[in-house]
Amino acid sequence: MNLTCRILQPNNHLFPNAGLPPMTEAIYLDHNATTTVRPKAADAVREALLMGGNASSVHRFGRLAHRVLEDARDAVATLVGCATPEVIFTSGGTEANNLALRGVANETVLVSAIEHVSVLSARNDVQQLSVDGNGLLDLEGLVAALDSASSSALVSVMLANNETGVIQPLAAISEIVHAHGGLLHCDAIQAAGKEPLDMKAIGADLLSLSAHKFGGPQGVGALIVREGLGLKPLICGGGQELRRRAGTENLPGIAGFAAAANEAQAELSSFARLAELRDRLEQRISDLAPVQVFGRDVRRLVNTSCFTMPGVNSETQVMGLDIAGLAVSAGSACSSGKVEPSHVLRAMDVDEAEAGSALRVSFGWDSHENDVDRFVDAWGSLYSHAGNNSNSQAMAG
Amino acid sequence: MLAKSPENNRKGPIYLDYQATTPTDERVVAAMLPYFNQKFGNPHSSGHAYGWEAEDAVEAARAKIANLIGAEPREIVFTSGATESNNLAIKGAAHFENHRGRHIIASLVEHKCVLETCKRLEDEGFDVTYLDVDENGLIDLADLEAAIRDETLMVSIMGVNNETGVIQPLAAIGAICREKGIYFHSDCAQAVGKIPLDVSDMKIDLMSISGHKLYGPMGIGALYIRRRPRVRLQAMIDGGGQERGFRSGTLPAPLCVGMGEACEISGREMAEEATRLERLRGQFLAQIQKAIPAVRVNGDLVKRVPGNLNLCFPGMRAEDLLTGLRGVAISTGSACTSASVEPSYVLRAMGLSEEDAGASVRIGFGRFTTEDEIVQAADLIVNGVTHQLDGTDRQNHIEPAA
Repeated sequence: MNLTCRILQPNNHLFPNAGLPPMTEAIYLDHNATTTVRPKAADAVREALLMGGNASSVHRFGRLAHRVLEDARDAVATLVGCATPEVIFTSGGTEANNLALRGVANETVLVSAIEHVSVLSARNDVQQLSVDGNGLLDLEGLVAALDSASSSALVSVMLANNETGVIQPLAAISEIVHAHGGLLHCDAIQAAGKEPLDMKAIGADLLSLSAHKFGGPQGVGALIVREGLGLKPLICGGGQELRRRAGTENLPGIAGFAAAANEAQAELSSFARLAELRDRLEQRISDLAPVQVFGRDVRRLVNTSCFTMPGVNSETQVMGLDIAGLAVSAGSACSSGKVEPSHVLRAMDVDEAEAGSALRVSFGWDSHENDVDRFVDAWGSLYSHAGNNSNSQAMAG
Repeated sequence: MLAKSPENNRKGPIYLDYQATTPTDERVVAAMLPYFNQKFGNPHSSGHAYGWEAEDAVEAARAKIANLIGAEPREIVFTSGATESNNLAIKGAAHFENHRGRHIIASLVEHKCVLETCKRLEDEGFDVTYLDVDENGLIDLADLEAAIRDETLMVSIMGVNNETGVIQPLAAIGAICREKGIYFHSDCAQAVGKIPLDVSDMKIDLMSISGHKLYGPMGIGALYIRRRPRVRLQAMIDGGGQERGFRSGTLPAPLCVGMGEACEISGREMAEEATRLERLRGQFLAQIQKAIPAVRVNGDLVKRVPGNLNLCFPGMRAEDLLTGLRGVAISTGSACTSASVEPSYVLRAMGLSEEDAGASVRIGFGRFTTEDEIVQAADLIVNGVTHQLDGTDRQNHIEPAA
């Protein structure tokens, strides 16, 4: 495979002055699946890799490693506005979600129907809460479910959805949950580093993070556990992470996580300008076809857009765009091998045919405005070929 | 030819704690780096070339790991490390197979994470038998056979002990387990890449592997899960269904690549490296013995990985030695329990008195250890020990100044 990728340059490359990238260059617009590692994060990873040392060892190598670990914990705490000891490092977002849902003592677990599959399947006794047509949680339904719960509930609602980018009214949700004596877990994996984040303002008792969604390395994440909250570990062993998560800490990953957190936070305002790219993209494709943009009327992540190409199924679009050098997806990467329409869109009451023609575009910290033009050109040409051909399924090649 | 030592490792104290973690080999780092920012795709993104490229790299790494232990690539499941692998193997099998019985056999000298996992299962109503070890640190096969009951579903015995480096008779244990139809899990975090292992010959059904104990990165490990006869496990982390449902979560492609590279290098250089380390260890031990004849080696010296020594200096306090020892990084035992003041439970299980266990240190040699370092380190340790012992004698058990 001959894959030419953009060579990463230093920061602030959202709007470079440079002209169009060469046509042979692939454009990556699947940053919600995983994003490019920020150069500073890559440097931090490399440095820690070469430093060595087990953070639990008492000798000098161990103490140096321990310092890197605790500095990183500070950085992550700053990103989400929590106290440093509340940060528990994990192997990623999926583990953090599993630890939260399985680690609490609550017997009733209520989760929104649009949660990531790692929340939906973390326990086999979860009850699902419905969302409206925009993907926002039905607050009356939440109240009713809490009223009828036989024991104090854990409620899990994500901050921003990975497929649509729709942002939930967490403060209002937290108020309801706490008034009922429940606990709130928030999967903030897609929102962290993209939106200002304050765990206290959100009112979450537990919050999940993943480094590789905002420019950190894969293989590291965190669960923030409010002080005083008891949690049964998922992985037993040594006393690392205040006995909540055993195993030698992934020090290079954690160092990269921290570097990405620092940089993402410093660049939140420039990241916010990705909304211009997203809006322009949505405007231009709406000019070309009667598309439906999901969650367009409500607050969304600035980098995420999920929309239909009328009459053309998602896989055909993904493959067609890949051939044109554009990497996008039909939804979550974890389930992108599957053919069923997205559970998120189905929960929003989108009909099956429409859900089956949805595409997700997600910009990243290093996206160019030229990416929009390249995308719209390719999308438009795919639509004029496939969309005007009533039998779109035949265009899979 | 030997790799260059990572640059930071040349500064500061001499690193002789290779069982806590091994420095990541520069060749491994070089293999990993492109996957952070040039080939950065999510290996589960099935719709585009970025995803396929990452997936190809992950699969190539999986094959290298499998190759090192005589397994098939699809029998390897990536985890975040050996602690997770041990948890997944033991809890996963216990939870899936609990209809077959609720009895598990482990040894007293297993790694902390195996013992803690067993303790969790005991809380859930499982029954665990902990096999004793002899003074050399070895389990008795007759004890194992005697402990097996109708309701025994699994035996978990480590390949190499993390404190003493002692190698258990894996093939004999495997033969017993297979005959009785019991799963054999082995925590081989300290064994893989150090000694030849073959899951077929040894009849191992589940094997835990660590990346950072064989010069690969931290944050990655693997669990070997036998397909024939098939071993079934209940997943511990659920979600996207990656790793054939055994372990959900985005695979960290750079870490997988690093671990694959580390396995390939270890396999290729194992024999030569073992000879070199055995020679260095012999030289080190001779130098210590000459100066301090009372020194004792804890654990079998023959059935042992070449990169480990565990030494008892009777009458000494290991904690004080380590505090005073600026030029060498060694440890009293497992890093996971380093902060603990309790003497090693591994050494206690081998019959050492509390005093002798508290007078013991673990010394780990590895790929970047040089002959010069060995000579210097032995000197420094001898000085530290004699200083303390003389001081203690003179001051009649008043704690010597550091």
